[in-house]
Amino acid sequence: MTQDNRLSPNGTRHLINRKKPLSFRFDNKMFTGFEGDTLASALLANNVKLMGRSFKYHRPRGPLTAGSEEPNAIMELRGGARKEPNTRATTIELFDGLTAQSQNRFPSLAFDFMAINDRFSNFLTAGFYYKTFMWPAAFWEKVYEPIIRRAAGLGSAAHEADPDVYDKGFLHCDLLIIGAGPAGLQAALRAGRSGADVIIVDEDFIAGGRLNSERDVMNDADGALWAQESLAELASLPNVTVMMRSCVIGAFDHGVYGVVERVADHLAAPQEGQPRQRLWRIYSKAALLCSGATERPIAFENNDRPGIMLAGALRTYANRYETAVGKRVAIFTNNDDAYRTADDLIASGVSVAAVIDTRDVGIKSSDYEVIANAQLCDSAGRLGVKSVRVKTGQTTRDITVDAVGVSGGWNPNIHLTCHQRGRPEWDEGLSAFVPSADLPHGLFVAGAANGHMSLSSALHDADKVTGTLLADLGYKAVASSVPKTQDKPVNQSAFWYVEGTQRGWVDQQNDVTVKDIKLAHQENFKSVEHLKRYTTLGMATDQGKTSNMVGLAILAELTGQSIPQTGTTIYRPPYSPTAIGAFAGRSKGADFRPVRKTPSHVWAEEQGAVFVEVGMWLRAQWYPQKGETHWRQSVDREVMTTRQSVGVCDVTTLGKIDVQGTDAAAFLNKVYCNGFAKLAIGKTRYGLMLREDGIAMDDGTAARMAEDHFVVTTTTANAVSVYRHMEFVRQVLWPDLDVQIISTTESWAQYAVAGPNARKLLEKIVDPEFDISNEAFPFMACGKITVCGGLRARLFRISFSGELAYEIAVPTRYGDAMMRALMEAGEAFGVCAYGTEALGVMRIEKGHAAGNELNGTTTALNLGMARMVSDKKDSIGAVLSRREGLMQEDALKLVGFKPVNEAHKVPAGAHLMSKGTAVDAAHDQGYVTSACYSPTLGYHIGIGYLKSGDSRMGEVIRLVSPLTQVAHDVEVVSAHFVDPKGEKLHG
Amino acid sequence: MVKSHNLTSLTPLGHKEPLTIEVSGTRISEITDLSLASVTARAGQEAVVTELISSFIGADAPSAGKWSGGTVAAFWTGPDQVFIQAPFDDYEDMGALCGAHFGSAASSVELTDGWCRFAMSGPHNKRILSLLCNVDMRSFDKHSAARSSIDHLGCFILCLSDEDVHIIGPRSSAASLHHALIAAAKSALF
Repeated sequence: MTQDNRLSPNGTRHLINRKKPLSFRFDNKMFTGFEGDTLASALLANNVKLMGRSFKYHRPRGPLTAGSEEPNAIMELRGGARKEPNTRATTIELFDGLTAQSQNRFPSLAFDFMAINDRFSNFLTAGFYYKTFMWPAAFWEKVYEPIIRRAAGLGSAAHEADPDVYDKGFLHCDLLIIGAGPAGLQAALRAGRSGADVIIVDEDFIAGGRLNSERDVMNDADGALWAQESLAELASLPNVTVMMRSCVIGAFDHGVYGVVERVADHLAAPQEGQPRQRLWRIYSKAALLCSGATERPIAFENNDRPGIMLAGALRTYANRYETAVGKRVAIFTNNDDAYRTADDLIASGVSVAAVIDTRDVGIKSSDYEVIANAQLCDSAGRLGVKSVRVKTGQTTRDITVDAVGVSGGWNPNIHLTCHQRGRPEWDEGLSAFVPSADLPHGLFVAGAANGHMSLSSALHDADKVTGTLLADLGYKAVASSVPKTQDKPVNQSAFWYVEGTQRGWVDQQNDVTVKDIKLAHQENFKSVEHLKRYTTLGMATDQGKTSNMVGLAILAELTGQSIPQTGTTIYRPPYSPTAIGAFAGRSKGADFRPVRKTPSHVWAEEQGAVFVEVGMWLRAQWYPQKGETHWRQSVDREVMTTRQSVGVCDVTTLGKIDVQGTDAAAFLNKVYCNGFAKLAIGKTRYGLMLREDGIAMDDGTAARMAEDHFVVTTTTANAVSVYRHMEFVRQVLWPDLDVQIISTTESWAQYAVAGPNARKLLEKIVDPEFDISNEAFPFMACGKITVCGGLRARLFRISFSGELAYEIAVPTRYGDAMMRALMEAGEAFGVCAYGTEALGVMRIEKGHAAGNELNGTTTALNLGMARMVSDKKDSIGAVLSRREGLMQEDALKLVGFKPVNEAHKVPAGAHLMSKGTAVDAAHDQGYVTSACYSPTLGYHIGIGYLKSGDSRMGEVIRLVSPLTQVAHDVEVVSAHFVDPKGEKLHG
Repeated sequence: MVKSHNLTSLTPLGHKEPLTIEVSGTRISEITDLSLASVTARAGQEAVVTELISSFIGADAPSAGKWSGGTVAAFWTGPDQVFIQAPFDDYEDMGALCGAHFGSAASSVELTDGWCRFAMSGPHNKRILSLLCNVDMRSFDKHSAARSSIDHLGCFILCLSDEDVHIIGPRSSAASLHHALIAAAKSALF
């Protein structure tokens, strides 16, 4: 198709590049436009006004605006995984090969079967779904909702994963200027020339704002050219950052603004390595909002036909995009500004049939008829406006047109001023809300956004506010240099809808009419917030930017209140629709969060280890060997090899905290419930940490390396939280203690070497000058050693498996080599590496508590460690652990469970019931926390909490697990299934 | 030099030799030849430790947000706490060497292998870093040292010159950090 509606070039501004034609498809038809077009302007240039169907009634719709406030011309862009619904044609920058589809229609845009809804509009009024589809209830989800969702709605999302990446970033500046229209550019020029660090942001892809939409003269030249020159100067200043295609979506605390930069949305697809969008957090000392104003419509009967749009939008299409929306245009206005549209259209060669003014202000024109004291009361045309009906007094007349411009005045864009729940003020002179003094800290407003509606006053306001801001920021402002331009007075009055209108659209995106608002009021939804929820006024992608003001004005009239008394709804971020991907940034899929790898990871991969994520660590879960087809085979082998000879496990992931200082022992005495002050140098002690409420927080060991030096270990899962807790204790609870702590978790590769041959293996590793015999290095000993001919290391004789065991630590870079050395040294003993599953089996066999037992509800008493809570010193949680409620006689106690029938399993999570009692919560006796198959014993075992468990040894109780449909008898036994006397680990 | 032993080391990225790659004009190199230790003044010893830091690094102790020194250098990590870095070959047992120098005036902790370190060199460093961390790049010049989160990882960033920075992150997540640097280096061109 040819661009029949393209006008002659508009001077030398060249905002569209006619030398660069672009091809695109809309609803599978090929069109051409030019570089600099939006999708909407290119379609209009091709005389396509019908761009969508309305939400509820499926009425034909074309663009109402030429900007991001657009409610109608929303469509699906691109295809496949990149298909994006609900994009606004008025903001989509045209690129070669662009494809777009209209949405919410069947089978085609021109003939939409669902347009029958419009015939039944009396049944589809505000809140109809609250009143109908009431019964039968069984139909709600399965019948009614699918029907409603199919009939109404917007576009459909791609059902494939988003192939693009999104970035996040951080910027800092003295002054953030939001909007690169005339006010924003003027402010940026003065601030930039004065040396301030400035970031100027605009959602458009060219700077200038309304200057590109008008024919203003600035300093005797085209205003659009002034914008281009200003931008060039700003881009040349090293202290100014210009961010086009960037929308400020929210004003947050402490001068932080969220900005979405559309890095590649104007391309068919991002280049390799290029993100689609970036979410910037901009930290500003001050911000200046120069967001301009948005024109508001006037509601009249059938005011939603394609071709009827805001008068300022008609100007934008003519002046910026050199496109005529129609060949014969009518203008309906309540203010002087719309006459600019008529004049500009005449200058562009478009015929203006009439200006219909609700006032009589004496404006005359030789180019078009001015009909004063008149109203536009209806329109006709099935898929686009063909005529309008003008009412003057009691007489009406029809005028044939193919486009209509409507102007009800302009509203300052105040959204960001209210993002922290500020409320705007009503300006009676403008009949519009303007920013109040209740602004987010550090935010200032200038230009039309501040109610200065003429170009001259907007420029002077921006210049003045910037001068003040620069002084506040400590800069000496350069002298004012405001371009000379027009300063016509702005006359706009309140005129919201034509009397008698019923199906006049207030919110075109949500199909909310004047009648709907009246109905909501009639049904007592009189609060503006209730009105919004009941009618959906102001919801969805445009967030009511063209509709809210008219809607609340009508409500105010109905309630007999003033508009400021009626108030506005709350403005919330984001200002403009934002892709969820932009919030996620690069944190998705495999990059959702960092991965932590153990020092033996490379070796474990070579062995074919199966990994499990523990916290963020990837730990070897088991090491399958040839012929093993089931994980149990591997785990059983690893357990039995360790118990019978020796096994090695990477335990680097356990938290390690270095505690030093003259008060290090006193500090640990506070943190642990058991005593550490008297722990001998070269010894390790098991410790239990309580929360302030007396509940167990974590357990681990503390090794005393010197009088003033301990190495604390924590569980893997709690490493960070324990460190944070200890920092809190150090800095806040006892700041006077001389203690310094730092995490050394990653500094040391640590391996557990366990089993009867553990010492023999280590004797081949540990340098001979260190005696690690049972006498010289007994159970719970610790010390600094060297290994493999001189590498510094630490050795701890501690055991989680219940075997004779050590933990040996070397600098992490040697962790891989250490693992290989241990395996080589252990060959003679048939050593195996064991993973977290075997580790878990052995600790359950030994009855050691772990995360399942330290579950945030258990106490030292529950764990059988009540005597560890020292009463000879004060420690965190000690007092509250003695609360009556935690010390009851029938308290839960950690015990073991053995199935009476050894073929039965003992599922973790199963509950325990006394024999012969009802199986219900009232008779619950406890629960199983951890369970496994014990290859050592040859049957399944479990440990868990049982009321008075320590005095019920030998009792047979009922184990029930309704979820897994298990119910059988287990015997209560000691939790220490293996080596209950601890002879092995002392051996 | 510590006594020789027969174990070979792996780099944080899991290789035998440090990895260097070039991405879109930015050189990202794994650095493994620097030792690291934390030194924290004990109560009442703050002034003494400040002097001892100076004598160890041959320069004034760094103030907040700064690093100082030369071959042996220190960067500020918190009140009365610095991390000291030095050539690995000469300072392999960094914790012990610091312990000997600072004695009971400070708590010295060996951290060499707790961290991975990447040198990033090129003209786009500031733009790359602005995609990675919330550090004000306007004032991030030579001798600046910052602590910031990079892709959820707590990191230190040292500015060596206009085109050279060191990024120090948790060793176990070296691969994740490396991936983040590469992605940002590619992205920063656009």
